[in-house]
Amino acid sequence: MSSTDIRPSIIKRHRLSTRLWHWLNVICLATLFMSGLGIFNAHPRLYWGQYGANFDAPWLELRRFPGWITLPGHYSLADARHWHLAAAPIFAFALLLYMLWSLLNGHFKHDLAFRKGEIAPRHIWQDILDHARLRFPTGEAATRYNVLQKGAYNKLLFLFLPVLIFSGLAMSPGMNAAWPWLIDIFGGRQSARSIHFIAAWATVAFFLVHIAMVILAGPLNEVRSMITGWYKVPPEQEGSARS
Amino acid sequence: MSIALSRRALVTGASLTAASLLSGCDRLNNNPTFREALFTTENFHRWAQRSLSDRHSLAREFSPEDMSPFFRGNGTLNPNTEGYKALWRNGFADWRLQIDGLVNRPLSLSLAQLLGMPHREQITRHDCVEGWSAIGKWRGVPLALLLKAAQLKTNARYLLFHCADNMDSAHPYYESIDLVDAFHPQTILAFALNDEPLKVLNGAPLRLRVERQLGYKQAKYLMRVEAVSDLRQIYGGKGGYWEDVAGYEWYAGI
Repeated sequence: MSSTDIRPSIIKRHRLSTRLWHWLNVICLATLFMSGLGIFNAHPRLYWGQYGANFDAPWLELRRFPGWITLPGHYSLADARHWHLAAAPIFAFALLLYMLWSLLNGHFKHDLAFRKGEIAPRHIWQDILDHARLRFPTGEAATRYNVLQKGAYNKLLFLFLPVLIFSGLAMSPGMNAAWPWLIDIFGGRQSARSIHFIAAWATVAFFLVHIAMVILAGPLNEVRSMITGWYKVPPEQEGSARS
Repeated sequence: MSIALSRRALVTGASLTAASLLSGCDRLNNNPTFREALFTTENFHRWAQRSLSDRHSLAREFSPEDMSPFFRGNGTLNPNTEGYKALWRNGFADWRLQIDGLVNRPLSLSLAQLLGMPHREQITRHDCVEGWSAIGKWRGVPLALLLKAAQLKTNARYLLFHCADNMDSAHPYYESIDLVDAFHPQTILAFALNDEPLKVLNGAPLRLRVERQLGYKQAKYLMRVEAVSDLRQIYGGKGGYWEDVAGYEWYAGI
C-alpha cells in the first residue's frame, strides 16, 4: 500500500480465535470481577502471610462494595461463589487453549513478540509521546500493534491473568493438599488472597485504558474489527505516529 | 458531529446494555433451572480436585510459631440450649457421642473414653468461606479408628454429624462428608485446641476436623455420628445446614 492511495483499505485484522476469546473474556471477566467483589464483601479485609482473621492486622480494610457492582446484586456469599466458581474454569481453560493456539498459529510470534529496535528507549519514548498527543498510527503502521500496546497485552496475557488463575487456585484448601507448592509461590493463603485482589484491579486498570483507547481510536471501526475481523486502515497522514 | 453523536450513542448504548445485563444476571440468579446448572459446577471442581490429588494427600501442617495468636470462633459461639447448658455445667461428664446408623456395632462414648484412645495432633489452617484463615493446633481421635470400631455396613456412603446447636431455625446444625474424607488420616474428632480442652466458642466438647475443606464443614458441638447411604432424605436434603439454608457447596474443598 502506498501513501498516495487515497482509498481506505480494509484488512482482516483479528483472527477468529482472538475474536472468540476476546468476547468470551468479556463475559467471564465481568462475571468473575463482580462475583469476586461479592465474595470479598463477606470479609472486606486483606492480610499478608498464611493466616489472617478479625483479630489480626489487615493491610487493607474496606467497606462492602455496593450492589450495582456485585453479582448477585444483593449480598449472598453462596451465590457469588457459585457464579465465580462456574466462570473460573471456563475462563482458565479458554486462556490455556488460546495460548496454545496462538503459539501454534504464530499469533504470539508475529503480533505480540517485540521486534528488534522496538524496545529501544527512544522508540518507546516516541510511542509514549504519540499516545500522550493522542496521535494514532495510520497507514501501514496501523496494521500492527505498537510497542505500548504489545506491552499492555503481554502484561495482561502473561502476568495479570495467570496470576489471577493461580492465586485463585491457591486459595482452595483442596488444591492446597493436591499442589502444596502452589501456595508457597504466593507466600501463604492470605497473601494469595491479597494478590488475587490486586491482580483483579490491575486487570480493571487494563480494561479502562483499553476502552479509552478504543474510543479514541474510533470505536466503530475497532469494535467491528473485533466482531467481524475487518478493519478499515486509517489512510496515511503526515505527522501521525509512525509505528 | 456524527462522531459526537456516535460516541453519545455508544455511551448510552453501553450503559443501557450494562443495566439490562445486571438485572438480567439477577433474574438468572433467581431462576431455578439456571441455579441448578450453576450449582453443578461444584461437581466439576470436586472431580478435578480429587483427580489431581491422592486420596490421602495431606493438608499442610505448620509449626508452633506459625500459629494465629487468637483462634476466633464463628457461627454459633454457644448453643445455649437447656440440654447443652446442663452438659456444660457438669464438665461434659454426662455427654456421650453416639455412633450409629449403618454400622454393625453402634457405639456410645464418653469424653473420658475418647481421651483414652490413640490421638492425632495437627497444626493446620482453618479457612472460613468468608475469606479469613486461622492456624491452630488440634488434638483428637482419628475418625477412621472409630468407624473401624463401629464397623460400617457396606451400604454406608456418608457420615452425618449431628450437633447440639439449633441455629435459629427448626433444624439443628448438621454436616456430612463422604468416605474419602471420613477415612482421611487428618480427619479427626478434636477435643483440644492449642493444648487446651475445646472452649465453648470453638465447639466444646468435640468437633470435626476435615482439613481439606472449608470452615463450615468442621461441625462443632458433636452429639452423634450417623452412617447413612443417602443425604437426600435428611433435613433439607443438601447434606448440611448451610448447604440447605443458603446454598453453599456440599463439597467445600474449593
